[in-house]
Parts: sequence; structure tokens; C-alpha cells
Amino acid sequence: MNATLPVPEGSLPPASASPALLVPAAVQHPRHAALVRVTHWLTTLAFLALLITGGEIVLSHPRFYWGETGNVNMHPWLNLHLPSSRHTVPTGYGYVLPDQNGWSRYLHFEAAWLLVGTGLLYAIWGLFNGHFRHNVSPARSHLSAQTLGNSLLSHLRFERPGPQEVWSYNVLQRLSYLVVIFVLFPLMIWTGLAMSFSFTAAFPATVAILGGHQNARSLHFLVTILLVLFLLVHVFMVAFAGFMTRTRAMITGRVVAPKE
Amino acid sequence: MTDISRRKLIATGLAAAAGASGIALAAKLAQSHGLIPPDAGVRFGAGEALTYAAQRILGARALAREFSPDQISQNPFANEVDPLGDEFKRLEDGRFAEWRLTVDGMAARPTAFSFSEIRSFPTRTQITMIGCEEGWTYIAEWTGVPLSFILERVGALPQVRYVVYRSFQQDWWDSLDMADALHPQTIIAHGMNGADLPVPFGGPLRMRVPRQLGYKSIKYLTRLTLSDSLKPFGKGLGSAAPEGGYAWYAGI
Repeated sequence: MNATLPVPEGSLPPASASPALLVPAAVQHPRHAALVRVTHWLTTLAFLALLITGGEIVLSHPRFYWGETGNVNMHPWLNLHLPSSRHTVPTGYGYVLPDQNGWSRYLHFEAAWLLVGTGLLYAIWGLFNGHFRHNVSPARSHLSAQTLGNSLLSHLRFERPGPQEVWSYNVLQRLSYLVVIFVLFPLMIWTGLAMSFSFTAAFPATVAILGGHQNARSLHFLVTILLVLFLLVHVFMVAFAGFMTRTRAMITGRVVAPKE
Repeated sequence: MTDISRRKLIATGLAAAAGASGIALAAKLAQSHGLIPPDAGVRFGAGEALTYAAQRILGARALAREFSPDQISQNPFANEVDPLGDEFKRLEDGRFAEWRLTVDGMAARPTAFSFSEIRSFPTRTQITMIGCEEGWTYIAEWTGVPLSFILERVGALPQVRYVVYRSFQQDWWDSLDMADALHPQTIIAHGMNGADLPVPFGGPLRMRVPRQLGYKSIKYLTRLTLSDSLKPFGKGLGSAAPEGGYAWYAGI
């Protein structure tokens, strides 16, 4: 097993190097380790399944409440004003959508297991081999107001990343990945489990800390929105930085197409 | 082929073989410990099977959360039911004096209990939440006879593994494993918030399983059948729910 170490900053080729010279034979290794590539796409698959089925489930009651209880006799803090798959929910629309909750729930939990398994594998691997320390955590020197400000400005000006960023994440990228990996996904799983009656029977604190069953449901929805926003920005940035290069790197590990 | 890639190939092959036999062994163990739900084989059923096994291992005896009287919902929502028909109306007009709860199957003393008999049994009163798979919830105080009391009363045989239960509504039937059937909070409810259980909420008798979603708490309970297998019932998937696309186990 080789080729999982990041490229040290000093070994980066100069920005003017021609693409063929970007990966000298001596340091030829994948841009992303095999485990990162596999878990990335498994997570993508699980996330899309969870998103679609979660959306279907929301349609059976497109209202959100705070506290422990909430139903159509109570005041929601958020009414999505969408058509519903239940005629017991007054929506103002003259029709009721077909019920998709059965298979949606089956698939939601199957995909959740895939996500949790994949996430654990990735997190344990990443903690032990230094992936988070080297590739994802920003260097301390990059956390200065000036570096952060510069990176923010360059993002706001929609400056295309230079070639050095093909081999490394920039500071904003690193911070957002850390938030997604260690805050948003764990929150998603926690708030999801906190809606399970058998789970909260065994671990009542998991829902008590959140302030109730409907809080868990509302937070599950709000964190979904944050993750969808991340997904949109992520895909946009990939396209902006060079869709083929970045996507190929995440599939094959290669930054430059192999010579035929 | 280089040495490294050959070693890698062999290692991967060994890992895959170990993984496959590990899964087979785990499945066999789970089966013998009753950790495989009856609908594990349906599409996307593997996730439900994992959830069921995990929740049974983590807390088969855990008690569902109970709440204080001031948390009881002022506006509980009674989900709509199909029209119950003339026969139900007749029984209701007779204040359910003729309502029977029949217990049959693997019991030493199969019995048809009258409504007044059920009400004469020791009760458990608990303030619990009922939650629909759609996402809405309410909290109520439920009073009823523990299912475990009924099982003891009819002399449930030791090989019983499931309690199949039916509703006055022909389409509704379901089943519980013994972890939930013998669970102290699983009650046959006949009271709600200090009064008789109203018909829209399942009166005269409703199975209340607070560790699972509302659809396991079947309304208008008429019959319990004790069995060592779910295969003879319906399509063998454990309840009407999987036949309609929903999971048998609703602990999540």
C-alpha cells in the first residue's frame, strides 16, 4: 500500500508547468486515495437516495413543529405549502399525491445504514492515517485573518483556482469539508435516530437534548437544507474548477489522463 | 503482474471470502436469535433487517419515554379510518357489551374475553407519545391491560414467538415479536386521558405499542393468535403493512 500521502507543498510543480509534467514519475500517486474515492461515491449514492426518499416522506406531512408534539390540529412554525400525499393534511391544493412512504421508508433506512457504514469506515481510516490532519484540516498558518480574507475574496471574485489547487484543497474548502464531515452528517444521523421510538426508548437523552421529537424532525429538515446547499456549491465549484479533471480525479485518482 | 499487485489481489480475495462467510455466519446467528424480521426479503428490506436486529440487541427491554400530565396534547389528532359499518354501529350502540377479544392459537386455554372482562383486569396507565410514520405526533394518557397479562391468562405455550392481532377492520392485521408482546408498556388500551377510549382513537380496544410507530397500534382489536411462525398468515410477511409496502417493524 503506497500512495496515500499528500504531496508536500514544496514538491508542487510551478504553476507554469505543462500538464504532462504535473505528476513526475517519482511522485506518481492518486490525487485521492482509493478509499476516499470509493467512500465519496458510496456517500453520494446514499445521500441522493436519502434526499429523494426523505422528500417523499416530508410530502406526507409538509409541516414542521417545535417541541415534542405536532399535528394538523397544531400550529406549525413552517408550512411548506406543498401538495401532500395525505388527504388529512389541508394543503389548499385540489388533489392528493400518491402515497410513496412505504418504499421510501424502506430505502431511507437502507441508505442510512450505507451512509453510516461508509462514514465510519472513512472517519476511522482518515483519523488513523492522517487524512484529516494533512488533507482536510487547514494548516494553522492558513487560519490567519489575511489568508482567510484572501481566499474569501478570491472566491467572491469567482477567480478560477490555479493549478496548485489541483493537488490540494484551499482553506475555505477544508473548513467546509470539516463542517460537513464532522458537524452536519453526524447531526443528520443523530436527529434521524432521535425520531426512532425504539432508539429513544434505549437512549432517551438523544431526543431530550434536542428538546423533543418535533425538534428532531425540524432539525433533520434544516440540516438537510444545509447539506443540499453544500451539494449545490460543491458541484458548482467542481464544474468551475474543471469538471472533467476534478471528477476524473475522484473516479480514477488520476489528475492527468493516462497516455494511450 | 507485480508482486505488490499479486499480494493485493490475494489479500482482497481473502478479505472478500472472509466478508462473505462472515455475513453468512451473522445471518445464521441472527436467524437463530430471532433477529431477522419476516419482511427482510422484500425490496430494500435489508436496511429494516439491520435496524430491527440493532434495536433488539441495543435495547429489547428499554422503556419508551413517558411524559408528565402537563405534556398531554390538548389537540390530539385521530387519523381517519374507513367507515366502520352497521355492525360496528350496533355494537357501539350496545356500549360494546357484545365486543369480544378472541385469543387463540398456541394457548393452553384459548378464550374469547368480553369487553367487561377485559376492563376488569389489572390496568397499566402510561403517558406516552404516539407518532405516525408521516411525522406527526401527540401525547396522551393510555389505560389498558398489559398484553403480557392476557398471554399469561390464556397460558401461552413456551414456543410462541409472535402474537398476531386483528382489527374489526378486515384489512388490518399485524404481529409483534415477544420482545414487544411481553414488554410492560404494550397494552390493550380501553381508556384515554381518563375516559373510555373514543372510537376515532380506536375504542373500544386498541393495541398500544409505544416503542413503534402508530400503525402498529391497531384500532378495534378483535383477535389475538399466538404462533411460533408468521408464515401461515397472509403472505407470510408478518402483517398487512409489508403487503401495502410498509415495514413490519416500525421501531424507527
